[in-house]
Amino acid sequence: MAWEFLTVYWREMIRFVRFRTQLFSSLLQPALWMAFFGVAMSSNFNRFTSAVPVPPGVFPVDYLTFMAAGVIAMTTLFTSLFGGISLLFDKNWGLMREMLASPMPRTHIMLGVSLSGMTKSFIQVAIIMAFGLLLGVQFFPGFSATQIALSILGIFTFVGVFSLGFLLFSSTISMRLESPEGLQGIITLLTLPLFFVSNALYPIQAFPPLLQALSIYNPLTHLVSGVRYFALGSEFFAVGARYSYTTTDVLTSFGYLVVFATVMYLLARRTFEKAVVT
Amino acid sequence: MGGDDIIEVRDLEHAFNDFTAVRGISFTVRRGEIFSFLGPNGAGKSTTINILTTLLPVQKGTVRVAGYDVAREPGKVREAIGIVFQDDVLDRDLTVRETMEFHGRLYSIPREERRRRIDDLLRVVELGPKRDERTKNLSGGMKRRLQIARGLMTRPEVLFLDEPTQGLDPQTRMRMWEYIRQVNEGGTTIFLTTHYMEEADMLSDRISIIDHGKIVVSGTPGELKNTLGEDVVYLETADDMKARESLRGVREIRSVTESPRGLSITISADGSHCLPRIVDVVRGAGIGISSVNLKKPTMDDVFVYYTGRELRDEGA
Repeated sequence: MAWEFLTVYWREMIRFVRFRTQLFSSLLQPALWMAFFGVAMSSNFNRFTSAVPVPPGVFPVDYLTFMAAGVIAMTTLFTSLFGGISLLFDKNWGLMREMLASPMPRTHIMLGVSLSGMTKSFIQVAIIMAFGLLLGVQFFPGFSATQIALSILGIFTFVGVFSLGFLLFSSTISMRLESPEGLQGIITLLTLPLFFVSNALYPIQAFPPLLQALSIYNPLTHLVSGVRYFALGSEFFAVGARYSYTTTDVLTSFGYLVVFATVMYLLARRTFEKAVVT
Repeated sequence: MGGDDIIEVRDLEHAFNDFTAVRGISFTVRRGEIFSFLGPNGAGKSTTINILTTLLPVQKGTVRVAGYDVAREPGKVREAIGIVFQDDVLDRDLTVRETMEFHGRLYSIPREERRRRIDDLLRVVELGPKRDERTKNLSGGMKRRLQIARGLMTRPEVLFLDEPTQGLDPQTRMRMWEYIRQVNEGGTTIFLTTHYMEEADMLSDRISIIDHGKIVVSGTPGELKNTLGEDVVYLETADDMKARESLRGVREIRSVTESPRGLSITISADGSHCLPRIVDVVRGAGIGISSVNLKKPTMDDVFVYYTGRELRDEGA
C-alpha cells in the first residue's frame, strides 16, 4: 500500500489553515445559515404548521431542528462541489506538473484532495451541530450517551461517503476545465436543482410527482434522510408531515450514496490516468 | 549508440491536432555531460522536454531516459529524473522547508533521509536561514535556487533545467551557473534549455539547435562556432609590413589585410589555438606587438545562422 496520498492531504490541510479568509468563511457560512435563514424560517413555519395536529404517539420536531439536518447536507454539498477547485489552481499555476512528473500514482492526487475535502466537511458539520445546540436545535431527543455517540458516527459516515462522491466529481470537472469561472458556472447550475429538489428544507411529500421522482435520485435527499434518521430517530413529525425511516430505508440511502461515490471514483480515476497537463 | 548515453531519442514525432510540433528528431545525451537544447519559441523545445519528462505521451518514435523506455516505464523514468520548470512553480503558501518536504514525500524518501537532504541542499543553495519563510516572500533568485534544490532532492540521474536563469539579474545568473556546474560535477547529467546563448556557450559540453520541429545542428559550442567560419585576429605591431612578411609561413592564415586598427588576420582554423603561434612568429621576427584581439563567431551568430532569426523572447 502506498501512502503518498497523505502527502497531498497534508499539503491541502496546510493550505486550508493558511488561507485565513477561506478558513473563516467556510466555518462561518453554515453558522450564518442557521442563525438567519433557520431562525427566520422556523418562526414562520412553526406558525403555519402549528395548525396541523400532531398524530398521537409521534414525536414532534420544530422547524429549526428539522432544517439543521438540511443545513448539514447543504454545507457538505457546497464544500464538496468546490473541493476540486484546488486542482484547477494547481493546474493553472503549473503546480500539477510537479505531482504528475513524480512517481506517485496519479490517483493519489484526487484521493488526497478528496480526503482533505472530507475533513473540511467533518469540521463544518461539527460546528453546525455545536452552534445548533446554542440556537436551540434539539438533536438526539431522549438518546442515551451511547446512542448519541453511535448517531454522531452514523452522521459522519453518511457525510463522509456523500462528500467523497461530490469531491471526486468536482475533481473530475476541475481536471477537464481550464478556468475557475467555468467550474463556478457548472457548480451554480448544479447547486440549485440539487438543493431545492431535495428534502433539505421541506418535505418532499407535497412535491408534484415529477419533482418527487427526481428528488429520489438526488444524492442530497439520501444524505438528509440519513442525517435525520441518526439525529432525530426513526419516527418523528415535522413541517406538517410524518416521517418514519425503517432500517431498510436507511441502508438503501446509504447504498445509493456508496454507489454514487463509486461511480464518481471510477470517472475521476479515468480522468486522472489520462490527464495531460503541461 | 554507446552504452553511455543516458538519453536516447530516435525519430521522435509529436503532433497537436493538425500541428506537428516535433518532426522526427533523434539525438543522444551522454552520461555526465551538460547538454543544451536551443531553439526559437515554437520550435518544439517544450514539447520535447515534456515528452522526455513523461508529461506528454510518446506518439511516434522511441525515447529512453536513464535506461528506461519512456512510453513503457514512465514510473521508472520519473524516479530517475529531476525537473526545474521554466516558471516559478512554487506553492506560494508553503514555506521553503515544506516545499522541499512535500517534494521528498512525493518520492517516498524516508523521513530521516529527507530531513538530512533538505538541510544539506538548503545549505548548498544558501537558503538555510529562509527555511521557515513562505515562498511568496522570496526574491526571484531565491525562488530559482529553491527550485534547483528541490529538483536535486531525489538525487536524479538527469536534471532537466528549463530556462533556469530566465528573468534573473546577471549576478544571480552567474551564481546559478556555479550551482549548475557544481551539480554536474557531482555526477548529474544536465539537460538544459535556455534563451541565453552565452549561457549555453559557457555551460554546455554539447548543444543541439532545434527549429521547425527538426534538429538543425548539433555539436560542441566550439564546433558550432567554428563551422560558421573564420576567426579574425587583430594585431597592432611596431611594423605592420614586416609582421605581415613574417606570417607568410603560417598555414592556417587565409589572408592578411592592413587596416587602420593594424593587421587583420583571417584564420581558417580555431583562432584561439593559432593566436599563440602568430604572436610567437611575429615576436620571433623581432617585431614588437602592442595589442592583440581575437574575434570569434558567438553562439548568437551560430543561432541566427541556423534558425534565420534572433532568439525571440515572447514568452513560452
